[in-house]
Amino acid sequence: MKVSLFIPCFVDQFYPQVGVSMAQVLERLGCEVDYPPGQTCCGQPPFNSGYWNEARAVAGHSLKTFAKSEIIVSASGSCGTMMKVFYPELFKDTEQEFEARKIAPKVHEFSEFLVNILGVRDVGAKFSGTATFHDGCHGLRELGIKREPRELLKHVRGLELVEMAEAETCCGFGGTFSVKFPSISTAMGEVKCDSIAETRAEYVISNDSSCLMQIQGLLDRRGQKARCLHLAEILAQT
Amino acid sequence: MTAYAREFKRMAARYTSDLRHRGLIQRALKGYETKRDEYKGRYQNWSEARQAASEIKWEAINHLDRHLAEFITKIEARGTRVFVAGTGAQARDYIVGVAKQNRVRSIIKSKSMTAEEIGLNEALEHAGCTVFESDLGEFIVQLRREKPYHLVFPAMHLTRDEISRLFHDELGSEPTDSPEELTMIARRVMRKNYCAADMGISGANFAVAETGMISITENEGNARLSTSLPKIHIALVGIEKIVPRLEDLALFLPMLATAGAGQPLTCYNTLYGGPRQPGECDGPEQFHVVLLDNRRTELLADPEQRDALHCIRCGACLNVCPIFRNVGGHAYGTTYQGPIGSVITPHLRGLQDWKHLSASSSLCGACTEACPVGIDLHHHLLQNRRNAARERPSLSEKILYAGFVFIMRHPVLYRLSTRLAPVFFPLHRLVKGTFFDPLRAWTQTRDLPVPARQSFHAYWNDKMSNRKARHGGN
Ligand code: SF4
Repeated sequence: MKVSLFIPCFVDQFYPQVGVSMAQVLERLGCEVDYPPGQTCCGQPPFNSGYWNEARAVAGHSLKTFAKSEIIVSASGSCGTMMKVFYPELFKDTEQEFEARKIAPKVHEFSEFLVNILGVRDVGAKFSGTATFHDGCHGLRELGIKREPRELLKHVRGLELVEMAEAETCCGFGGTFSVKFPSISTAMGEVKCDSIAETRAEYVISNDSSCLMQIQGLLDRRGQKARCLHLAEILAQT
Repeated sequence: MTAYAREFKRMAARYTSDLRHRGLIQRALKGYETKRDEYKGRYQNWSEARQAASEIKWEAINHLDRHLAEFITKIEARGTRVFVAGTGAQARDYIVGVAKQNRVRSIIKSKSMTAEEIGLNEALEHAGCTVFESDLGEFIVQLRREKPYHLVFPAMHLTRDEISRLFHDELGSEPTDSPEELTMIARRVMRKNYCAADMGISGANFAVAETGMISITENEGNARLSTSLPKIHIALVGIEKIVPRLEDLALFLPMLATAGAGQPLTCYNTLYGGPRQPGECDGPEQFHVVLLDNRRTELLADPEQRDALHCIRCGACLNVCPIFRNVGGHAYGTTYQGPIGSVITPHLRGLQDWKHLSASSSLCGACTEACPVGIDLHHHLLQNRRNAARERPSLSEKILYAGFVFIMRHPVLYRLSTRLAPVFFPLHRLVKGTFFDPLRAWTQTRDLPVPARQSFHAYWNDKMSNRKARHGGN
């Protein structure tokens, strides 16, 4: 199966190992992986701030970049949601509406692609430690992904998964919200970090690096020892 | 930034730094969640019930003219006086007028957010009337000269101890930490107020078009007393409260209780269809229904957000909202707090003044998931942001995004920027957290991730050229 990687801008810059791991896992499972080289950002920052003309300009670039792709697998549930759910809305009644509608069904979040499209649950990964899983809101509520990452993690040898009480509670990142309303964003993150502490897990795993940026940033500042890892980083360990 | 936005930020900073307060609210709402889930579990299929509720409300709102006309005809036929108020001021004037005509001095009121919306108590007090709240929570916040904290639980931010002290200071009662005793203290005061009242004012939870009746949901029996003891009863009803048929209540009454308060059904659900009829021995002599528009028809004219009028004011979206759970109800500065308040306040009170509430959300969607009538709350926040930026863009954001777009549309520039980041990062250390730190909003409370030495696209390029070299060498 031919698969195009969608590595959002901040993953490209801050968490390249997530992309590397995704490519490894997908190749191991027999996918032919490519990386459309012109990709930059999905356009979510201006979109969420209400600047839809600007968002269309950036998103239009993405539409072109991925025009030839058959399947697009995103490293972030949130950026995947942008393409899958919000592009059709953003381009409604514009010339690019057709392309936006065409691309939407091709976009998949990583865990959902593995479980629902490739039909794998055990990718043969080994990782020792205790971990708790954070559901990114976009993945959870816009894409309906809850079971898939847990299925995959259940099959990782050596990994013990401990659910936290606030798994489904927002981490408080919210893109530009995190810097427009830092006090609220931080308070929300603190609730998350407290819940993580209760589980005594060594690792916090998620399918969204943007949430992990917020969570790790707070864990570090609060002196908590837990480390954040993207699901792909766990699945790539053999 | 408007004065309202500045005030919101100030209050949000204050409340988020109050760990005691946050703990109190989170614990209370956790308890609610457990109960709610228990009673949701009694439904054969909660999501189908939601779907049905949303369809009934869709029908009601999309044919509002017809249903309202039917409601008015039916309820007037039993001698009710109906007044349709276009604005809050018209509703206030009418109610004050009725009070004056009948020389009303003392008014007993059951809980009504719509009355809060139009500042009814203040208007009546200004006209020389004394207004007593009869809902326990409302009674408490009235004694504190505060606004309700939550649309369903107005005094949820107070502990038993605080209430005991308040009663001691205001009513001269002995301090106690028994909830029963506290209730009895309030009850003694209220009984006197009921008996002395010349007029009772209520809101309504539903207005049934088919039968011309309003429906009021409560737990304390205070609404029944407020509306049946005094000789005049005025109900202030938002026009969106319409449901087409009586049987619709079979769905809505339990749903409202479960979603909002984590109850199977509230203790009292009463239908009011008119004043005392000939041959009846009790009930008010006059019954007035004030139907309030107050910009609801403007929302009705917006096809994108019309479904916000489906709201049954259950409060479920507040209860699950992580913003509400951390800033609390008083930070909003609005009648309607939480997600629904952030959606409708810009419509009711001006987009530019209240757009900050739509911006103040991580768009997590917990509200939409919880809403029993399926209002697309978090997407409406996005639409409010878009409408606000379209109507009056901020210069700084325009400039910022112009630069952003330029870079993101030119992969070469974008790559260059990813190369520069690791260079600038060590320099950032020098200003980190100080006034000169451009990333201060983040770095004050959180650490920054370190930019990788090699970005993913650089890695991929290397990988591809290695692969090519290998294949070339073979
Ligand atoms: S928007 Fe929905 S959840 Fe919120 S108060 Fe209204 S009906 Fe309840």
